[in-house]
Order: sequence, then C-alpha cells, then structure tokens
Amino acid sequence: MAARAIWKGRIRFGSADVPVKLYSAVQDRSVHFRLLDAKRKEPVKQRMIDPATGDVVDYGEVRRAFPVEEGELVVLDEDELASLEPEPSRDIEITRFVPSEQITHQWYDRPYYLGPDGQDESYFALAAALRKRPREGVARWVMRKKEYVGALRAEGDYLVLMTLRNAGEVVPASALQPPGGRALDQRELKMARQLISTMEDDLDIAAYRDEYRDRVLELIEAKAAGKVVKFPKAPTRKIEKSLTDVLERSLAEAEKRRASA
Amino acid sequence: MPEADGDSDAVSTRPFWSGTITFGLVSVPVNLLPANRSQGVSLRMVSPEGNPLSRRYFSPQDDRELSADEIVRGYEVEEGSFVVLDDDELERLAPERTRDIDLRVFVPVGQIDPIYFERAYYLTPAGGSTKAYRLLAHAMEEAERAGIATFVMRAKEYLVAILAENGILRAETLRFADEVRTPADVGLPDPIEAPAGQVRQFEKEIEKLFEKRMDTADLVDTSAERLLNLVEQKRGAGEDLVRPEAKADESRDVIDLMQMLQRSLRGGEPAKPPQPNGGGDLSDKSKAELYERAKTLDIPGRSGMSKDELAEAIRRAG
Repeated sequence: MAARAIWKGRIRFGSADVPVKLYSAVQDRSVHFRLLDAKRKEPVKQRMIDPATGDVVDYGEVRRAFPVEEGELVVLDEDELASLEPEPSRDIEITRFVPSEQITHQWYDRPYYLGPDGQDESYFALAAALRKRPREGVARWVMRKKEYVGALRAEGDYLVLMTLRNAGEVVPASALQPPGGRALDQRELKMARQLISTMEDDLDIAAYRDEYRDRVLELIEAKAAGKVVKFPKAPTRKIEKSLTDVLERSLAEAEKRRASA
Repeated sequence: MPEADGDSDAVSTRPFWSGTITFGLVSVPVNLLPANRSQGVSLRMVSPEGNPLSRRYFSPQDDRELSADEIVRGYEVEEGSFVVLDDDELERLAPERTRDIDLRVFVPVGQIDPIYFERAYYLTPAGGSTKAYRLLAHAMEEAERAGIATFVMRAKEYLVAILAENGILRAETLRFADEVRTPADVGLPDPIEAPAGQVRQFEKEIEKLFEKRMDTADLVDTSAERLLNLVEQKRGAGEDLVRPEAKADESRDVIDLMQMLQRSLRGGEPAKPPQPNGGGDLSDKSKAELYERAKTLDIPGRSGMSKDELAEAIRRAG
C-alpha cells in the first residue's frame, strides 16, 4: 500500500528547481499505553495547576513564558509568539554541498523519502548527480510552521531528506574527557581484541526483531482473556573477580562456538 | 509512576537506565545518559499571573487529583476497555534484557545504513573500577567495530549499536527493519534513465556550492535565535517580567548536560576516599611531581591540566 505524501515542496539551488513530495521513511510500531485511574480503569484527565494556589488553570488561559534566570521569566503574548513563526514557503533551499561523509549520523534526526512531483527526469537526474561524487546538500525548509535543517542525499536511485539536529543539541564525544585510570594491561587488551574478532560479522539488520513487543502483546492478549500468566525466572549472575580469567574463558568459549558453527 | 509517552523535555540528573554491557563473560556496569540536549528552546506554561504550571492527573469520574500510586498503565484492547500492565510484569517479560546489553556481534561501523540511526546515549562507567569499560572502549575504537545488541528500557525494546569514540562508549538506538520503509513501501515510481545532459548540469550547479566541510553555522536554530532576541529585548525593557514566588514543584533538577556527562564519566558518586596510589596528601607535591605520577597512571589529557586538576585526576585514578 502506497504511503500518503505529508508535504510538497521544491528543491532549489542555483538554477535547479525540482518539485518533490515528502514521505516519512519510518513508521512507529511501539506499543502505546495510556495512564489510567487505578480504581476505575479509565484514562486520567490531564490538567495544568498553579502550584502556588493549587487552582486548575484552563488551557485557554495558559500563557507561555521563557525562563531567563533563576526564578525570573519573560511572558510572551499570542501576537509575539505569532511574530516568531517562520514565513511559510515551499522551498527546500540548499545552501551548500559537502562530501557525503561530512555529515555524521550523530546529527541525523528523522529520515524522509522524497518522490517526484511531476518532472520525473529532473528528480532522477538530481539523485544521479548526488550519487556520482558522492555529495550531500545542506537544506533548510519550513514545514507546518516549523523550520528544519536537513541533509539531502541519494539513497540508491532515490532522494532522501534527513532532518538534522541543531548545532547546540549534540554533545560530541570529543568535548568530553574519557574515564581515567591505570594504563591498560597489554595482555588483557590483546585478549579483548581477539574476543571482538571472534564475534565479527556483517550486519544483518533484518535478523533483529522486536521480540519484546511480541511478548507484551501476548501478555495483553492473555490478560484480556483472563488467563494467569507465568513469567520466566531471571537467571542469576555470578560476580567475577579477575578480568584476565574472565577474558580467557570468554575467548575459549567464543572459539568453541565458532568451531561448532 | 509510569511514564506517559513523550513527556520528558528537561534533562534529569538521573541516568535513563543502569545496567550491564556483557561482552563474552565480561560484565561492564554502565549508566545510560542522553547525548543530545532537548530539542529547540522550550517555553514554560504559566498562569495568567505568570506562575509556572505543573501537570497533574485527575480522576475522570469525580475530578479528584490522583496521586502517583493511584495511576496505572493500560493498553486499550477495544474501545474503552483496557488491560492494565504494571512495571513488574513488563520487566519480568524479559528480565535478562532489562538488565543487560549483551554484545554478541561486532560489525564494521560503516556498514550501518544511516537511515536506521535514531538516538544517541552516552554510556558511563558505573560502580567501582573503570578497567573493563576502558578495555572494551579501547579495543572497539581501534578495531572500528560497533557491537550490536538489543535491550529493554522503560517497557520498550531497543536495537542498539554500541560505538566507542574518544575512549567513551555510546549507544546509538537503531530502528528495527520493520520500522523503516523501502521506496517500494512508500510507492515511489520505478527509476527512469535520467538524461545525461541534465545530470551534468546538476553536477555543475552542485560543484558551485561545494565546500569541503560542513559548517555547524548551517545547523543554527534560527527560530530559537529569534525567540531569544525577543526575550532579551523584553527583559532589557523590563517588559512582562515575572518573578513567581512559588517554585514549580515539577521543575526537575536541570543542570547542564555536558557537566552531567562529565561528572558521570568521572565515576560520579559516590565520592571515593583518597586512594593509596603513591599515597598521601597530594597538595604539597609540585606540579612536575604530580605530572610524573599522572604519566605513570596514564591519565589522559594530563598535559593540559592545572596542578589542582592533576591532583584531582590522580585521586580519582585509584
């Protein structure tokens, strides 16, 4: 079943102008719960209260404020909030192109497929041009009153627009100091390397299924049918003393497994 | 109390999850903390008088406010009919995966299709020794391998790639294969042969805008900037400035994420008593002496540390 486009726009840079439709590349499959009143088994009502008075404040009366410093807020009115909204536009403006490995996955937020919206030839020509080098475009657009920054990339024959996190959102590992301690034992390090190499494989992402979701749904079904549910027992874990011993035994086991595979 | 979906915008000082990475028979106790600050700049909801509001839950029947233990989590099996699940039941569905991230497969980092990456968390060493943590991080980073595993956090299973960078372990949650659509699922048309002239034309236009590096200036949140400008302007003019007396009781202990991560990477609490690593009072040692000791202990970043920082790092290395 074909998905519905959630937005339409035009990719623009230089003299290029490619009309596209935007589709979500992901679908949520998680099990959603509701908060219930324990006694009545009915969904709770959510209300905002003023903790100073204990009074409920109706949503129509709620105002927005920005905390500026300890205990101080600047209140913004409707007009001011409206004045902050970005200008509506259909343009996906590409400000620059970079080598495709330049934008690392830490910036990636949500992927969208772009499909042609007429002019199929220019759509597939742009995908082909991006794939050739390969390059990624840094894009900006406004969708449903919200501004987005994204990466325009070719994924096979098709175009993908990946929304990116904003500059301040990502804490890079290089900005943090790793845990310290005594120098690592070279023999242990060697064994750790070996252990990793016995477990090396190609990634087969389809081999991983959300089995827990299946179990949650089974549990729900059983409880709905009024069945008594038995749970597996949790295995207990031994506390290991010497890291060297544990690594040695891990290696021996891993090699045995590999030999029998 | 069970969490409502998507109700966490502030950074709490508590780890999201605490558990163990297992790697062969080696156990590495870790805390899991967010690697991203909350999105955008968030506005608070306030009363007409400017008091920050708290979200509360009320009984649907008599409009009485409910306490945390009067609220349960339910799944709607049919319209208006719910099956209640408690945290204990959900945890017992997969006890081992609720506790452990069991690494059984290591793959080349570059093999993970970027479309699968969802969210990043830092893993920081929990409990006594950092040795097993550092060993795993070092070996993985050197081999450029990511460990793949699944684990359960807050009643949801996550597929994760564990990566090591700068001696720090990071868990990147990945989407499951059935959560990612293919172009065929979406119904994109079959590709057609693009006219070579048009491809060349696009290539030329692309090269005109080409830069070797990405600039984080491209990623600036301009909406947030506009908001901050307006707020600053109003604050300077003393306009609509409120100082509510009551502190909203739901305002969590919000601190800088970077500080929190750094503290957690250092082993955080509990504070360890001074260790006999070379021993005694470090305060009377010269910087050169401290530096020598830091070198023996292989303390990273030692060359850029002040005397106090060196003393502190040596104490912690115990």
